[in-house]
Amino acid sequence: MTERSPDIDTPKIDAVAAPAKPVPPAEEIPLLRIQGVSKTFGSFPAVDRLSLDIRAGEFFALLGPSGCGKTTLLRMLAGFETPDEGRILLGGRDIAPVLPHERPVNMMFQNYALFPHLSVRDNIAFGLKRAGMARAAIDTRLAEMVALVKLEGMEKRKPDQLSGGQRQRVALARSLARRPKVLLLDEPLAALDKKLRESTQQELMELQRRLGMTFIVVTHDQEEAMTMANRIGVMNAGRLEQVATPRDLYEAPASRWVAEFVGDVNLFDGEVTSHEHHRLTIATRDGGAIVVAVPRQLVAKSPVSVAVRPEKVRLSRPGPVSDAANAQPINRLEGVVTDVGYLGGSSVYKVKLDSGAVVRSSMANTARLDIDTLGAGQRVVAWFTPDDCVVLEQ
Amino acid sequence: MSTRRIFAQPARYAAIAPYLWMVLFFLVPFGFVLKISLSQTAIAQPPYVPVFDFAEGWAAINAAFAQLSMDNFRLLVSDNLYLSSYLRSLIVAVASTLILLLIGYPIAYGMARLPQRWQAIAMMLVIVPFWTSFLIRIYAWINILQHDGLLNTVLLALHLVSAPVVWLSTDTAMYIGIVYSYLPFMILPLYATLSKMDPALLEAASDLGASPQQAFWLVTFPLSLPGVGAGALLCFIPIVGEFVIPDLLAGSGSMMIGQTLWLEFFTNKDWPVAAAAAVALLVLLVLPLLLYDRLQRRTLEGGR
Repeated sequence: MTERSPDIDTPKIDAVAAPAKPVPPAEEIPLLRIQGVSKTFGSFPAVDRLSLDIRAGEFFALLGPSGCGKTTLLRMLAGFETPDEGRILLGGRDIAPVLPHERPVNMMFQNYALFPHLSVRDNIAFGLKRAGMARAAIDTRLAEMVALVKLEGMEKRKPDQLSGGQRQRVALARSLARRPKVLLLDEPLAALDKKLRESTQQELMELQRRLGMTFIVVTHDQEEAMTMANRIGVMNAGRLEQVATPRDLYEAPASRWVAEFVGDVNLFDGEVTSHEHHRLTIATRDGGAIVVAVPRQLVAKSPVSVAVRPEKVRLSRPGPVSDAANAQPINRLEGVVTDVGYLGGSSVYKVKLDSGAVVRSSMANTARLDIDTLGAGQRVVAWFTPDDCVVLEQ
Repeated sequence: MSTRRIFAQPARYAAIAPYLWMVLFFLVPFGFVLKISLSQTAIAQPPYVPVFDFAEGWAAINAAFAQLSMDNFRLLVSDNLYLSSYLRSLIVAVASTLILLLIGYPIAYGMARLPQRWQAIAMMLVIVPFWTSFLIRIYAWINILQHDGLLNTVLLALHLVSAPVVWLSTDTAMYIGIVYSYLPFMILPLYATLSKMDPALLEAASDLGASPQQAFWLVTFPLSLPGVGAGALLCFIPIVGEFVIPDLLAGSGSMMIGQTLWLEFFTNKDWPVAAAAAVALLVLLVLPLLLYDRLQRRTLEGGR
């Protein structure tokens, strides 16, 4: 452990990267390198030949449904599980033979796993004492950590004398106290209520930026992952479906599975019929011919699916279309509104197309007074542009 | 609300039941014993005076009260026989409880870490000796420990000893008997506490740099202390008053208080002294109980 900062209000944590350093370019050697890692429980492959690089200073989220292997992967990084195959390199060093208590990695546990017989102070100091730090150094670090998570005055309390939010902070302070190279967070906000979760998300992000530490968070909550992470790895059945920034994950999903898992989506199955200039025309069963922008990576296989996010689908009352508008390659699908879900800031409309398929549209409620709202039974045109569409292999 | 009203009355009566039980089967008999302990021995039926006879009026009862004295308690503290019996009982109980803890803790710890389905089987194995009468099991030990018994036969066959060892009628035999008999009472409360412990706590300790040994002493052991307390108490108290095991397995050199009581009651027919010894023993046993209770309350309050 290194020298301590006398200023407890703005603690400087000397992790691998300097504080507030921007995410380094990809060419740099990644801090954490997971190479072809597999783990099988009995006959169930929890993690299946997974490879992933995580850079220093990144806030990385592992997102997936329960049972997808994300927690197993995290536990392998912490050292609680041993990979059956593959290597995990931390700073270029294989950490497979390093026991959990010797790894420069700390974990914040899902239910916090605070020691019930120890005070807040002793919980946070637990790891520092094990590291053989001097008493005075421990006291300074403790004060720093307590200030960092805003638990001043709570040092003598036992975990069950704290609220859920306070317990979460103790767990965070305890896992940060040793200044790990990588902090692993297993569903860190799952036990908090919605309001507290949102404010804690902000605090976690701010903390991570300030400390410049590498955070890897496991979550099943896509909003949480989208809000906090620089990059997200979406896991399904032990494999990574896609690793991308939150925006790319949503706007350019790599597979049909990701498109459906992250956010809401309308899917039209069909075959590519023509390819001219920058446009593909796809004959779909439910939506007729749909014109889409040519994807960056051309799909090799047909049949394909056209994915359109509900907020990209706009609704209008049917009427004559001007020649100028007609010249634009806009996809128009006619149908009847069957259901309107009012959510406050926006409304979700279900439109039954003439083909029988249902398309969902989400539109912002920009006007306060409902002079022109669309109600159930209203005949509408659902429309979207070629650029609103993503073409995916089925 | 309505369910509360329906159950309020019977619930209140039910709450009285344990107190009623205590009064009927503990406090009232204890009153008799206390009274006898304050009486004097006599060649009579019953073998002590005074005897309260409510038929003879107030004056006789008052006279009887006047006859009560603390003489027997004075005898207890002045006669070496009783003091040494108490001391031996305490030493045997403390030593046995420590041995039980040393043997019982690893067993309970091992049980708690078995896969779930094996835990039930292990539990059965711990309890199964209870299905045989306690006396039969102690006689079995006499058989094993006697001059040409199983233990000596095995030791001789393995050439570990050249001549049969005297086991029976020694303190070793008594400790074997006590530890054997009380082990389940030590294991079960320990197992109950250890199996409830969240395995994530040990992972957290390990994550924070504790070696497995450190994790045990800093996390597992402190959290198992309520079980240690319960197990120790469950063994210590009956061992102090133990009569059968020392009588059958130990030598006749020195006696535990249970044996002294027996001697006074049935051989000397000195009921008042025996009663005084019993009352003193109770006081001796209530003290650690109160201590444990206070300790427990403190951890409970600390936990809140």
